[in-house]
Amino acid sequence: MAKAKVKPKAKAEGELSWKEIEIGCFITEPGNATEFRTGAWRSRKPVVDFSKCNKCTLCYYYCPDGCIAKTPEGYFVADLFYCKGCGICAEECPKDAITMVEEEK
Amino acid sequence: MAKRVGLEVSVAVGDAAKLADVDVVAAYPITPQTHIVEHLAELVANGELRAAYIPVESEHSAMSACLGASAVGARTFTATASQGLELMHEVLYVASALRLPIVMAVVNRALSAPISIWCDHSDAMAVRDSGWIQMFVENGQEAVDNVICAFRIGEDRRVLLPVMIHLDGFSLSHVIEPIILPEQSEVARFLPPYDPPLPLDPEKPVTVGAFAPPFIYTEVKWAQEMTLEGAKEVILECWREFANTFGRHYSPVESYRTEGAKVLLMTMGSLSETAMVAVDKMRDEGKEVGLIKLRLWRPFPFAELRQAVRDAEVLIVLDRALSFGGPGGPVCSEVKAALYREARRPEVVGFVGGLGGRDISMADFEEMVNQGIKLAEAGSEREFEIFGVRE
Repeated sequence: MAKAKVKPKAKAEGELSWKEIEIGCFITEPGNATEFRTGAWRSRKPVVDFSKCNKCTLCYYYCPDGCIAKTPEGYFVADLFYCKGCGICAEECPKDAITMVEEEK
Repeated sequence: MAKRVGLEVSVAVGDAAKLADVDVVAAYPITPQTHIVEHLAELVANGELRAAYIPVESEHSAMSACLGASAVGARTFTATASQGLELMHEVLYVASALRLPIVMAVVNRALSAPISIWCDHSDAMAVRDSGWIQMFVENGQEAVDNVICAFRIGEDRRVLLPVMIHLDGFSLSHVIEPIILPEQSEVARFLPPYDPPLPLDPEKPVTVGAFAPPFIYTEVKWAQEMTLEGAKEVILECWREFANTFGRHYSPVESYRTEGAKVLLMTMGSLSETAMVAVDKMRDEGKEVGLIKLRLWRPFPFAELRQAVRDAEVLIVLDRALSFGGPGGPVCSEVKAALYREARRPEVVGFVGGLGGRDISMADFEEMVNQGIKLAEAGSEREFEIFGVRE
């Protein structure tokens, strides 16, 4: 399972004072979207039943966030740091191996 | 040595942009701004100005092209009026928020409907809150000088904001005036090259105009507000430096024959010239009347205004725009708000007049002063008075 490559910052955006914001709110660091925990929006998470999975890769290709990665065993699992819980992988899985499960508080 | 020459003010404004050595002009022609951009197009076509002239299909595109040009670090100029300014409305906010120091001449013209090509300030007032530095000039020399100053102010690292120079349509833009055009070499010394801190550059990529969630939007807007407020110091510094270099002085609020004046008139734009003559006449007749001319509109010069009117008993403000269903004229309501906390303040009387190009003569100003004094004494049930309307 791919680990989120989060580079620790001095301050998160939500902690910056108005004096610390870049001129015009420009973003000077390319590719910093990797730092955003888009998984925090999720209300349901995909859970894979490996006994049903035939490693077809369809979930990997359908994931709109590109957050599904291959495990060392060859299965496919979503990185919950980014997964927004859209359920497309569960919908597309031809083996019904993926179930969307309510997140608990 | 710079010479005084007779020039149409629009042509002189175009020449001022040339003297500022602009890199990009993107504009769409609209009366009464047309002569400015026609002149610039001609200068570029003749090879007298090395710049890209981008002809576009609308003012929305004109301002959008200006955004891109300014973002890569080009010195950018445009001009518009009335409906054109309204069509660029949403892009104006982007220019100021992205901190791009575009300079735009706005040749003030009434808004439709009914269609009017003549001057009032309703176009300017509709973009009051767009975050641009805004000033109103009263004659051609002021227009030329302040187009040059606008680049220096806007491009200053402490500012980085776009600037609008408002000049009255026809009554100023289309008249021929004696104007001193500074020498190119003098302007080049006064106006350093534009050096943006974060230009669009493939070698050093940045993201411009990204999404801002609620946790950061307020901070971004406050940073913008603090910068616009702080820009006043840079404007004052620029005008001081301009006076040292070129010998002409400008200030945010100008007082004309206000010594001992119990009654003050307040105007913005080219009508100030007529008002000065009216004040001269009234002074000759022994009336204690003076004139306040508001040049800097954004950032609003609160301290200077309070200082300028503190000894008066009556302040008569003329607006060339209506705020429908509101307090009358935007200038007068802001003046009232600025004086609200003052222990000593004049009685403020607001007139709205000069709409859609209707002239306000010397006699009209005298009439306005007489009416204003009576209203200040008797009190008025209305928030403002409309001047010269036929009953």
